[in-house]
Amino acid sequence: MSRLTFFALRIAQAVPAILAIATLNFLLLHLAPGDAADIIVASSGHGSPELVAELRRSYGLDQPLHVQFLVYVGRLLSLDLGTSLVFNRPVIELIGERLGATLIVMLTAIGLAVLIGLVLGIVAALRHRGWLDAFVSVAALIVYATPQFWLGLMLIVFFSITLDLFPSGGMRTIGVELGPLASVLDVARHLILPATTLGLFYVAVYTRLMRTSMLDIMTLDYIKTARAKGLSELRIAFTHAARNALLPVVTLMGVQIGHLLGGSILVETVFGWPGLGRLVLDALLQRDLVLLLGILFVSSVVVVVTNLLVDLLYGILDPRLAS
Amino acid sequence: MSPLLAVKGLTVDYHGMHNAERAVDGVSFSIARGETLALVGESGSGKSTIAHALMRLIPRGAGSVSSGSIAFEGQDLLALPEAAMRAVRGGRIAMVFQDPMMALNPVHRVGRQIAESLLAHGKATPRTAIDRAIELLTLVGVPAPEKRARQYPHNLSGGMRQRVMIAIALAGDPALLIADEPTTALDVTVQAQVLAEIAAIKSRLGMAMLLITHDLAVVSETADRVIVMYAGRMVEEGNVEGVFSRPAHPYTRGLLEATDWEGAASDRMREIPGSVPNQGEMPPGCAFAPRCAIATERCRIERPSVERALHGGGVSCFAAGSPS
Amino acid sequence: MSGLSLFWQRYRRNRPAVGGLVVLGLVVLAAAFGPLAYGIDPFDMAGRPSTLPSARFPLGTDVSGRDILAGLLAGARVSLLIGIAASLTATLIGSAVGATAGYVGGWLDAILMRVTDFFLTIPSFVFAVLIVAIFRPSVAVITLAIAAVSWPSVARLARAEFVSQRHREYVSACRAMGMGHLEIMLRQILPNALPPVVVIGSLTVASAILAEAGLSFLGLGDPNIVSWGYMIGVARTVLRTAWWMSAIPGVTILVTVLAINLVGEGLNEALNPRMRPR
Repeated sequence: MSRLTFFALRIAQAVPAILAIATLNFLLLHLAPGDAADIIVASSGHGSPELVAELRRSYGLDQPLHVQFLVYVGRLLSLDLGTSLVFNRPVIELIGERLGATLIVMLTAIGLAVLIGLVLGIVAALRHRGWLDAFVSVAALIVYATPQFWLGLMLIVFFSITLDLFPSGGMRTIGVELGPLASVLDVARHLILPATTLGLFYVAVYTRLMRTSMLDIMTLDYIKTARAKGLSELRIAFTHAARNALLPVVTLMGVQIGHLLGGSILVETVFGWPGLGRLVLDALLQRDLVLLLGILFVSSVVVVVTNLLVDLLYGILDPRLAS
Repeated sequence: MSPLLAVKGLTVDYHGMHNAERAVDGVSFSIARGETLALVGESGSGKSTIAHALMRLIPRGAGSVSSGSIAFEGQDLLALPEAAMRAVRGGRIAMVFQDPMMALNPVHRVGRQIAESLLAHGKATPRTAIDRAIELLTLVGVPAPEKRARQYPHNLSGGMRQRVMIAIALAGDPALLIADEPTTALDVTVQAQVLAEIAAIKSRLGMAMLLITHDLAVVSETADRVIVMYAGRMVEEGNVEGVFSRPAHPYTRGLLEATDWEGAASDRMREIPGSVPNQGEMPPGCAFAPRCAIATERCRIERPSVERALHGGGVSCFAAGSPS
Repeated sequence: MSGLSLFWQRYRRNRPAVGGLVVLGLVVLAAAFGPLAYGIDPFDMAGRPSTLPSARFPLGTDVSGRDILAGLLAGARVSLLIGIAASLTATLIGSAVGATAGYVGGWLDAILMRVTDFFLTIPSFVFAVLIVAIFRPSVAVITLAIAAVSWPSVARLARAEFVSQRHREYVSACRAMGMGHLEIMLRQILPNALPPVVVIGSLTVASAILAEAGLSFLGLGDPNIVSWGYMIGVARTVLRTAWWMSAIPGVTILVTVLAINLVGEGLNEALNPRMRPR
């Protein structure tokens, strides 16, 4: 099949996935002990059975389940994720406000992780059994075992409290009016610790992945051909080996986005970063189910879309797929 | 005139997990300009190792040349610094491998892979490289070369991939082409074509060739001289016609008989009983003695040196000259 | 040489794995006997808040005056319990799903794998947080939530193993003998597929402990127990003045998870010996 067909097919496959997520959301909402009406009444502190019944009617919760499901799907298609029980605002609005902040920290984390991890992995593979290789292996082991939220706290203690290099929380310095450039730098300063905390794990992952992939590839015949052409080891490593070693790494990238989202809940909590992660926590502590499910839906969609993009990227990188 | 390549006493050891294995043991030969020398033997006879040793392509951790010298165009290849060796690789000596599917980078276009060699050895500039690559594709007999140059290895058939490999090898304008089992991975029908292609190019460009193969038919059609290898040692060498019509070494005779060669002493196909010894179990004397029908006590204890054979070349056998 | 001693011989070759086993053993001992031996209730506000280590409180007290060492010992119990239980559940479910998919093949395989892949697209920690939030935090809910997000990876692995085994000759031979499918799956294929499943099971314990720590840190732990994550969460308020209260439980998590990972790698090398040294 041609590349275009491959792409179209992958996009089409994403749709049932999102539908399934929506269904799961709906089921969870109704599995919860007590429904939305109970919760509202409970949080407002007073209520009679009549009030609960009235609320049910107004929320449409007294309709049969399949009707409710259709209404729910209809709302989703118009991007209506319901109204937050706690904030009393449309969920989609709340998410929209925070999404940017979360994306900034996530993209920075993953971007740094990819850059550093891939290069480190290539070098570790080239200096196989050297001291860098050993150091990378040990460091990766320790990083894998480190709880991310604890790492964040320790980084704050060291860099923020002891060394006073970076701010210990928030996205901007409050109470100060800054010009555009200074504003960007300000955010950058606040961004470093959270992005490092979130990204360190992935530096380890990508380094290990790339290293293994490179070691596998360096034994293949076309590397021997490249040597027989008289090319330098460096050129072979980056132009021939790395280009191929990327492929298995890219396939695994998509899987990790979900992990990244989970990590951002913890990291945003630790650093007081005004993103979706913090919103989740707020929603959680106050049992705002509608908001929670809305966030789950959005994050699942993000995962599906990211996986799609990663697949497309793989399709571009590997010419063998086109046949 | 001094030979293009002169190998003396080449010995190559592999560093196995437990002990060293001697893959090539004291082999000497030479190749003149424009000559085709065939290296024949079973798998494990060391012929491929010799090719890799010539190009210094044996990974350092896996094995090394323990002794011997390789003189090429007046330089000792074993003494060259790595940067100078890189200029030789692909530039003065080029190699074609056995399996073209695995030997070509799957994510680079074919034209680019040829151009890479051109650029590395200064045979083209970045602007002229692709055109020159297309010329080379025409030279090796690839139809529609402009289209093919933009394709990837998996778009091409086995025969065409091998031609691409040859084009890559020719890019540096080498004086010596080493072909390591160039047609073994190809269909029988394509084999003859590719061989003919190689022979034509070789004579047109005045290249010498070291042809490594286990296929005697290929040897007789393409080679001027032949070396027969057994268990890492050279057992016979000479010009092809002489060796094939009057084989001096029992192993050579066995090989010829086993392939039902016309002109073999017997008119039946005969298998050589026994098997090649493992490196750890090499007998003290002649390596072939355990399987040899005419082996004497002396053969088992003493290693035979190279003597002059009836056909004018060399043979490593105490019983050379005796009737079979 | 018996199977066990052969296994130990191979395992011993990996020195870090042996170290990990020793450390893990210590943690298990501490979890099993520590709270009993030490005898102090981690919730008991027995001393003045935020005191430094002393004879009475070997690791000092936290912000509310609770004994930190008692918290660590109790936390060890909780972490190991939840980690092992969640991993076991995830492994059982995942193996069952994967084995069925891999062995039966066809449309059942396609459906099961679709479901598995679907669960893999759901961000795991977010999902676990959601489950715990909906169904109220307790040890059981936390365990099930972690298991619910961990089983897909095991399923994938189990399926791969069963797919590769089901076409082997010994399986055809068993069918020819008239052996039923279930018996073949359980008694013939499973022992061969076990090594990688065991390895992924042990690594899942590590990720389960980290997940539980994260949940407790966020305040979603079982309110009736003290866990390491909870201790870190509580200590956050005094990060500036008493950073060690956050550091110590974190270090114990790190050491424990590291030990488990090392043991997992040791198991991998012992159970799946590879020829090529890496």
